[in-house]
Amino acid sequence: MTVHAPLAIEATGLVKTYGDTTAVAGIDLAVPAGVVYGVLGPNGAGKTTTIRMLATLIRPDAGTARVLGHDVVTEADAVREQVSLTGQLASVDEELTGRENLVLLGRLLGLRRASARARADELLEAFGIAAAAGKLVKHYSGGMRRRLDIAASIVVTPRLMFLDEPTTGLDPRSRNHVWEIARALVAEGTTILLCTQYLEEADQLADGIAVIDRGRVIAEGTPGQLKASVGTGALHVRLLDAARRPEAAALLERAVGDAVLEADPAALSAQCTDSERAAVGLAELARAGIGLADFSLGQPSLDEVFLALTGHPAVDAPTGEPPTTTLEEQSS
Amino acid sequence: MSAATSATETADTAAVRRAIASTARPPRPGRLATALTFGWRGMLKVKHVPEQLLDVTVTPVMFLLMFTYLFGGAIAGSTSAYLDYTLPGLLVMSVLFTTVYSGVSLNTDLTKGVVDRFRSLPIWRPAPLLGSLLGDSVRYVIAGTVIIVVGVALGYRPDAGVAGAVASLALVVVFSFGLSWFFCVLGLLLRSPNAVMNAGFMGIFPLTFLSNVFVDPATLPGPLQAFVDVNPISVLATACRSLMDGTPDGVAIGVSLAVAAGLAAVFLPLTTRLYRSR
Repeated sequence: MTVHAPLAIEATGLVKTYGDTTAVAGIDLAVPAGVVYGVLGPNGAGKTTTIRMLATLIRPDAGTARVLGHDVVTEADAVREQVSLTGQLASVDEELTGRENLVLLGRLLGLRRASARARADELLEAFGIAAAAGKLVKHYSGGMRRRLDIAASIVVTPRLMFLDEPTTGLDPRSRNHVWEIARALVAEGTTILLCTQYLEEADQLADGIAVIDRGRVIAEGTPGQLKASVGTGALHVRLLDAARRPEAAALLERAVGDAVLEADPAALSAQCTDSERAAVGLAELARAGIGLADFSLGQPSLDEVFLALTGHPAVDAPTGEPPTTTLEEQSS
Repeated sequence: MSAATSATETADTAAVRRAIASTARPPRPGRLATALTFGWRGMLKVKHVPEQLLDVTVTPVMFLLMFTYLFGGAIAGSTSAYLDYTLPGLLVMSVLFTTVYSGVSLNTDLTKGVVDRFRSLPIWRPAPLLGSLLGDSVRYVIAGTVIIVVGVALGYRPDAGVAGAVASLALVVVFSFGLSWFFCVLGLLLRSPNAVMNAGFMGIFPLTFLSNVFVDPATLPGPLQAFVDVNPISVLATACRSLMDGTPDGVAIGVSLAVAAGLAAVFLPLTTRLYRSR
């Protein structure tokens, strides 16, 4: 990859309103080619509307966007030739079999009948759905369905792929599988725009992240930068006996730093900048006879980042004042 | 994670990488080829969801049996005389009922997100609509054939023979092409496939009954008779009867074709506009 990698997506001031509702209130994005770029935000933040504009499904009311060098309004077909959609956005046909879906898309993309069939079989095999190739998609499990969705998006390998909430509702194994596929795509040179409300997912996959809230980008950076913007790391511990948490909290306050009780009744964390202090804290807990199920020293989670940036948790419906904080203010 | 699991994951990843790496983009397919591909999709649905076909063929067959044997004697003097009168009308009813499903399946595609996949492809925009209509025409022919075959089994013998039956069926299918655009508009405007089905049948059911499909309008009170006479379904049924009898009624056939063309002229552009802006 060269230093002057061209931008895969370049959006300026995108706006979309529906009646009185402003879904997207002026979004700027600059996504380099060849990476996974995460768009992170709660439900209703404007993620899907943004992707639908970038993928030429709807026209922006204001602003411009170029995808792989082509304008999404005036050169829509040129954009469509190089991108594909997956996830909540574009589905497969439930009343056809998995194989028929892939053959259909192959034919629509210009493959001849025999190549479309061969390609379908190759994808079904690679994605582990060959055994269900002849079954109607409506009888597929969630994980199989999602893999077929992705297979349908790469019948002809796209240069840019929009992945919208690709793992919502999947079990951990299927989720990992989807992540593997996404990584393989990027390794082959496809750029991925990943929309998600799961902070872990963005953390796992994305090289860069834009945090969106109420139709605006409120922060941008690498996962590391975003975490650094909310301050120091923390020692996370999980106790064997939840009843001893108050005792452990008091102990860690003294030995390490400000302690926070987590949602898990047996877990807590303490602000901590260096591993030596953390080791002291762990030793103190051991001396007091407080057994640990688990401990880790880590940077703040993206959950904490989101809360710090927006003033409300990522998964809750937006409430209260509109956010006024920016990343710059946060990090100063 | 166990060693065995990670081994399979690695194997999967390798296969996925090969699959991703192996494609070059083929040239774009032509418009006709694209529309035909969507037609193929329509046929696959007929194969996989035969219930839909069953819905629309069983009802007219039921009406055929009920009206012929229950009311036929009272209305026309004998069941066989009534069968002669009503079968062409039931052919019309059977195929027209099927057109409602054009709107229903379009709406289903919209609610399931399949349409968004198609709209994100670099294909000729009206191809999905034209293609599904091609698929639908197969359904029309099946629905029409079923009713004619059942009629023949019950003793119906058109004077014009097979040619008359084929000509009637062709006329009804052409008319249905025009009408189906109206249901496509409904499909694009209403929220759920069920709403399209209810609204569609709410319209087509009374229109079918307030026509000459089941009874000779001569016995009806004046204002009703006036309505029945101008009802396009009556005109179409009259045209079909004339074709079956081997005495083609040029005016009825002409008016039927004109109504079909008019429906298409109004609702086809509306459909493509709504489809694009959805």
